[in-house]
Amino acid sequence: MRIESVEQLRKLEKKYRGETESHPVRVHICYGPGCLANGAQEIGDRFRKVIKEKKLKNFKVEAIKETGCHGFCERGPLVVLEPEGTFYTKVKVKDVEAIVEKSLGKSEIIESLLYTNPADDKKIQRYKDIPFYAHQKRIALRNLGQIDQTSLHDYIAAGGYQGLAKALTAMNPNKVIKEVELSGIRGRGGGGFATGRKWATCAKIESDVRYVVCNGDEGDPGAFMDRAIMEGDPHTVLEGMIICAYAVGSTQGYVYVRDEYPLAVVHLQKAIEDAEAVGLIGENILGTGFSFHIAISRGAGAFVCGESSALMRSVAGEVGEPRAKYIRSVVKGLKDKPTVLNNVETFACIPVILSEGGKAFSKIGTPKSTGTKAFSLVGKIENTGLIEVPMGTTLREIIYNIGGGIKDGKPFKAVQTGGPSGGCLPESKLDLPVDFDTLTEAGSMMGSGGMIVMDDATCVVDVARYFLSFLVEESCGKCVPCREGLYQLHQSAVRICEGKGTDDDLEIMQHLSDMIVIGSLCGLGTSGPNPFLSTIRYFRDEYEAHIKEKKCPAGVCTALITYIITDRCTGCLACIPACATDAITGKKGQVHQLAQDKCDRCGACYAVCKYDAIEIH
Amino acid sequence: MNHDFSKLPEIFDRYSRNPESLIAVLQDIQQEYHYLPCEALQETAKNLSVPLSKVFSVSTFYNAFSLTPRGKKIIRICKGTACHIRGAYQLQHQFETMLGIKAGETSKDLKYTLEVVNCVGACAMAPVVIVDEKYHGSVDVSNVKRLIKRG
Ligand SMILES: Cc1cc2nc3c(=O)[nH]c(=O)nc-3n(C[C@H](O)[C@H](O)[C@H](O)COP(=O)(O)O)c2cc1C
Ligand code: FES
Repeated sequence: MRIESVEQLRKLEKKYRGETESHPVRVHICYGPGCLANGAQEIGDRFRKVIKEKKLKNFKVEAIKETGCHGFCERGPLVVLEPEGTFYTKVKVKDVEAIVEKSLGKSEIIESLLYTNPADDKKIQRYKDIPFYAHQKRIALRNLGQIDQTSLHDYIAAGGYQGLAKALTAMNPNKVIKEVELSGIRGRGGGGFATGRKWATCAKIESDVRYVVCNGDEGDPGAFMDRAIMEGDPHTVLEGMIICAYAVGSTQGYVYVRDEYPLAVVHLQKAIEDAEAVGLIGENILGTGFSFHIAISRGAGAFVCGESSALMRSVAGEVGEPRAKYIRSVVKGLKDKPTVLNNVETFACIPVILSEGGKAFSKIGTPKSTGTKAFSLVGKIENTGLIEVPMGTTLREIIYNIGGGIKDGKPFKAVQTGGPSGGCLPESKLDLPVDFDTLTEAGSMMGSGGMIVMDDATCVVDVARYFLSFLVEESCGKCVPCREGLYQLHQSAVRICEGKGTDDDLEIMQHLSDMIVIGSLCGLGTSGPNPFLSTIRYFRDEYEAHIKEKKCPAGVCTALITYIITDRCTGCLACIPACATDAITGKKGQVHQLAQDKCDRCGACYAVCKYDAIEIH
Repeated sequence: MNHDFSKLPEIFDRYSRNPESLIAVLQDIQQEYHYLPCEALQETAKNLSVPLSKVFSVSTFYNAFSLTPRGKKIIRICKGTACHIRGAYQLQHQFETMLGIKAGETSKDLKYTLEVVNCVGACAMAPVVIVDEKYHGSVDVSNVKRLIKRG
């Protein structure tokens, strides 16, 4: 069936929403990456089986929804009963029968599966009341957890494609651009460039062909917002792209998806096919005469391909080497044609901007960074997961109110944002509002949204070394400052971590960093020294401890630490097989011995010891 | 190694035979043979009208491609930031010691390939190890033996 007109789409929305609401209870099973790895698939299968066996009267199998990432990965696998919002955490396959019998059959609540608020040890039934969710505002992630991830039916029922309908019928392309400009939205891929301005520039360039490209490369390690959106709500990305295409006058679009995200490719492909089948993508969209096609282009594992010009070369089947910045891709992009490139999350906001109006969007957040931003909150934090907050929310609010503080009550040390281009901010910066300009000023970067929290057992020198080694590997090698400069920076960082560093190293690193920032061809190089620059700025004492005292205060750098078995050892034998170099010996019930000459400080014994009997010195 | 290359024409036919399809074709070849056999690269060059040098340049630029045969069981350790600070380094060390190969290598009997990858997008359950496409979260060194044996 083709949807021939906007009126027909509105009717469908009503009909589909009615169908969804006709289920007295819906079972939303989170199929996000975290929950899937913990057995969500088996839970879903079990639900279907049990429901069939029990022959529940009021329950149809269609009321089981496989949703995208619900966000609270820490507590997964998650099962949510809607519309009530009853939130079951850490669900196991063996719990399914009870849920079906009690909660679906008799509307009873299973206390033991509810979330316990650590603040007062009370159970919380609805997810909206849990602090992790209560402090969030969701725009880009609005449908994640709410609809079946690849269902066009559910997307339309949730008001999907209404933004597109409005754009196509009630607005001319110029008006669409004005609306996006009014919203004040800035690109979510890291740079924070004004999206409306980008579209306006592209639309003005004389050309027979223009392209719209979605950047789903998400190379920033520690970030998975874009993955969650592409997998969990692919239609919103497509809708954003179609609206953009209409605004700038393009007929062909590409979604560039990272190689590591095969499921995103499957879901996007299905979404494209479903949308084509009903005439939302392809020729004569919604009977308006406007045509636009979308194809998927798969990346092949190269961080630099997230950079706009490298990405476009990769889409064209070439080696992903960036080119100099003075040629802008809005003028000469993919196949040398004017191209709009936006990030996944940017496109995901566009339908809302159109349907609710740019003005409403601009009122959220701060005047210069409007709207909301999604983050993947990970690292040494209690509530790891996927979150979205209004711009301007402070780091402290994110880490403590939503994130629940540092794991196991340890002290906070730093928070890393912006991936390899960003930096580490210390405790004293926790009250900074998160927006594009503030983070940059503080020496870090908004980046695409990875937020990695570190406790006192994380060594910031090691983190800087880690990012530098990442960048050395990922530098495309085209320009010398980046290829050689980062290599030398990394060498110095390694020396410091090994206790062989000198004050000269720090001086050389500082000097080299300045050169790399000025001289590199693309953003990979110009922001490459940031992990070093931000850590030396805020954590100089830790560098000095490595250099002067030959100590790693966090107990991470293997050359500078020793493991010691204390007399708390109960002689449980657990660490002996864990040691890959046979450095530990001992008998049951007796304190074990560790031969330092054999120990390669891998930490395996430390990790398996249940009695905290092993110490790092 | 002997391979059945009769599948190649079918792979080429999935895309239009021009240089733009190069990465997609190489991905499908890699999927089929688990690496890029030299003969297949030569065929690709001919069929897509790309110089062989460029086929090699693309094959070596991207991390997803391997020019040497890979093992039956592919173990990938995530070394993204979230996994790094939660102990991916120790995992890598343990895998390397137990398998007797370094990351990026394949065991002589072609049983195992050990790889490290930069973030697989499951950071909330760091550290993550993927064995033959199956994700394992919150892995610690004591799980390594089991992952090698059973996956
Ligand atoms: C080395 C490097 C890597 C990048 N990686 C990504 C990425 O993974 N995803 C992304 O959306 N943007 C990435 N960018 C930013 C893009 O170049 C581009 O600015 C962005 O996709 C534009 O979309 P936006 O305006 O919606 O943010 C990267 C930039 C550089 C220099
Ligand atoms: S850092 Fe390992 S999955 Fe993201």
